[in-house]
Amino acid sequence: MTGLSEEVRPNKAFGWAAIDTSGVLSPFKFSTRGTGEKDVAFKVLYCGICHSDLHMIKNDWGTSIYPLVPGHEVVGEVTEVGSKVQKLKVGDRVGVGCMVGSCHSCDNCTNNLENYCPEMIFTYGAKYYDGTVTYGGYSNTMVVDEHFVVGIPENLPLDAAAPLLCAGITVYSPLRFYGLDKPGLHVGVVGLGGLGHLAVKFAKAMGTKVTVISTSPSKQKEALENLGADSFLVSREQDQLRAAIGTFDGIVDTVSAQHPLLPLLGLLKSHGKLVVLGIPEKPLELPAFPLIQGRKLLGGSMIGGMKETQEMIDFAAEHGIKADTEVIAMDYVNAAMDRLLKGDVKYRFVIDIGNTLKSIS
Amino acid sequence: MSKSAEGEKQQKAFGWAATDESGTLSPFHFSRRENGDEDVTLKILYCGVCHSDLHNLTNEWGFTSYPVVPGHEIVGVATKVGKNVTKFKAGDQVGVGVMVGSCKTCECCQQDLENYCSQMIFTYNSHNPDGTKNYGGYSDMIVVDQRYVLRFPDNLPLDAGAPLLCAGITVYSPMKYYGMTEAGKHLGVAGLGGLGHVAVKIAKAFGLKVTVISSSPQKESEAINRLGADSFLASSDPAKMKSAIGSMDYIIDTVSAVHPLFPLLSLLKVNGKLVTLGLPNKPLELPVFPLVSGRKLVGGSDFGGMKETQEMLDFCAKHNIAADIELIRIDEINTAMERLARSDVRYRFVIDVADSLSQ
Repeated sequence: MTGLSEEVRPNKAFGWAAIDTSGVLSPFKFSTRGTGEKDVAFKVLYCGICHSDLHMIKNDWGTSIYPLVPGHEVVGEVTEVGSKVQKLKVGDRVGVGCMVGSCHSCDNCTNNLENYCPEMIFTYGAKYYDGTVTYGGYSNTMVVDEHFVVGIPENLPLDAAAPLLCAGITVYSPLRFYGLDKPGLHVGVVGLGGLGHLAVKFAKAMGTKVTVISTSPSKQKEALENLGADSFLVSREQDQLRAAIGTFDGIVDTVSAQHPLLPLLGLLKSHGKLVVLGIPEKPLELPAFPLIQGRKLLGGSMIGGMKETQEMIDFAAEHGIKADTEVIAMDYVNAAMDRLLKGDVKYRFVIDIGNTLKSIS
Repeated sequence: MSKSAEGEKQQKAFGWAATDESGTLSPFHFSRRENGDEDVTLKILYCGVCHSDLHNLTNEWGFTSYPVVPGHEIVGVATKVGKNVTKFKAGDQVGVGVMVGSCKTCECCQQDLENYCSQMIFTYNSHNPDGTKNYGGYSDMIVVDQRYVLRFPDNLPLDAGAPLLCAGITVYSPMKYYGMTEAGKHLGVAGLGGLGHVAVKIAKAFGLKVTVISSSPQKESEAINRLGADSFLASSDPAKMKSAIGSMDYIIDTVSAVHPLFPLLSLLKVNGKLVTLGLPNKPLELPVFPLVSGRKLVGGSDFGGMKETQEMLDFCAKHNIAADIELIRIDEINTAMERLARSDVRYRFVIDVADSLSQ
């Protein structure tokens, strides 16, 4: 029983929501809070479709609250700012990523790591301070605390910037944190999807040599000619794997399906680092010998704090880094989800909210 | 019966070896090379019994070459030094640890990380480039290239200091590398055996707050009263484990059997680091979610380079850190191995080689 909470707040809004674990999205009317003194209200123009949206609409992780309006790669134009808002003004191009709240007082928050705050609030499907459920960017308007809104420079097209707000920061943050951003290092990117293709672009812009590691030989041309990778390794080819043993300083693993870690650990030089970003359903097998004999490490990372997200956007603007997108109409979203499940997209769907999300009477 | 070396002059040596996967040790005559220009010959006084010795004896890792004379926590007296040897002279107290050779020219060797050299040679169960086999410290003497010999500090007890040569460096090195030495931070030590008990002592010397995490609740009093740990966490108590969630900056995991990583990862704060040192013969189960959601990492470490091993010995000498040992005679070694397999030792057996090894 979803109740009347969707309509109790002052501002009418509409979007598309999933109402059950079938994950099928359909038009949905709801309401947003009024623009508080620290809030920024904006008209949504584009929203990227993240693989997490697919997991959430089907309640794969068991945490979904229905009706669920997904979307955490949101870009738009400011329509109203609260009296205490300092960084942004009406008309500004802005973006919102995966979070809209945190405690602001814990060690993580004080160190610009709001993403690791135990009270961090997700952009959609989470309980906000006022008890209401947050609704994401598959909608016409959002109201977000200024702290969690980033500015998007003029030279970044909004549709291509949207996926940076989750996929972009998700790969940028660990490249910096694990020191895989130094010119001349050899970095591998496993998996060429939403995260992977941006990892290639960011890593190249940071001056590293990039090898895409993939199970699909068909992606080689794309990887080398379109994305600018330096080389391509087919991970099912034993000869190629053997020849590349001990040649990587770091590997960014974006694959969320079950897959073996042993070959990836073998590709690392001693003191190499394997960064895992995808979350498989079951634990992975970690062989101790290669980790110990080469003093290698395996670390995770999850999105990034707000300061770093802005830094990432500015870096992308400076280096001309844009996501490769397929822009779709709102009513194509269910078909897009089916295709996303099969990995059939180069490399992010972005919903043209501004032009195709029709208001609901 | 060892083959005589191809073209190399050999001298007689005597020790105890296992000849098959039963791992049972018995007296064994073999030979070692003569002391070369770069070499130091040690009369062995003591040798620690490392859990790796047990793994190797029974071919648990699948690469044992029998007969095997284990032992890589060797303390002795130099009896002879080659003409190019400057750091040591006859009569010096010296030690030999886990390795006796490396290429000396690669990047790792040049950075004092000989332990990560792709041509690193283990003290025992290994072969030299000339094809000769290496035998470890459960023996009367050993000949080692000076680069891989350590000066044994005067104020470290020879017997209780022996385990530092593997156990000591194995926990000291990752504490330095992974930045686990900031005074006041909270370190968990999982497993209270040879490695674990030395880790507690070294960590306390770095000024860390130390919690021992163990599946044996009866070790609590020892951990706190004798070893100086600040607290004890019984890993088999779900309520206690739950209350410790997100409380540790780092964990050193010394457990050598296959064990779940999830409970340990949960104990770490955000950005926490887990260093795994045990070498089970099967992979560990790694849940990825806690790594991702808390930016945590799992890293390995393999004993240490020669420079760092010397640094560790000097550090331990300065802080009066030695292992807690049970001194045994060589003829008690098989019983000791059985007890080690049951973790029935506080916390390292050390063989009194000089006094008990006779032909």
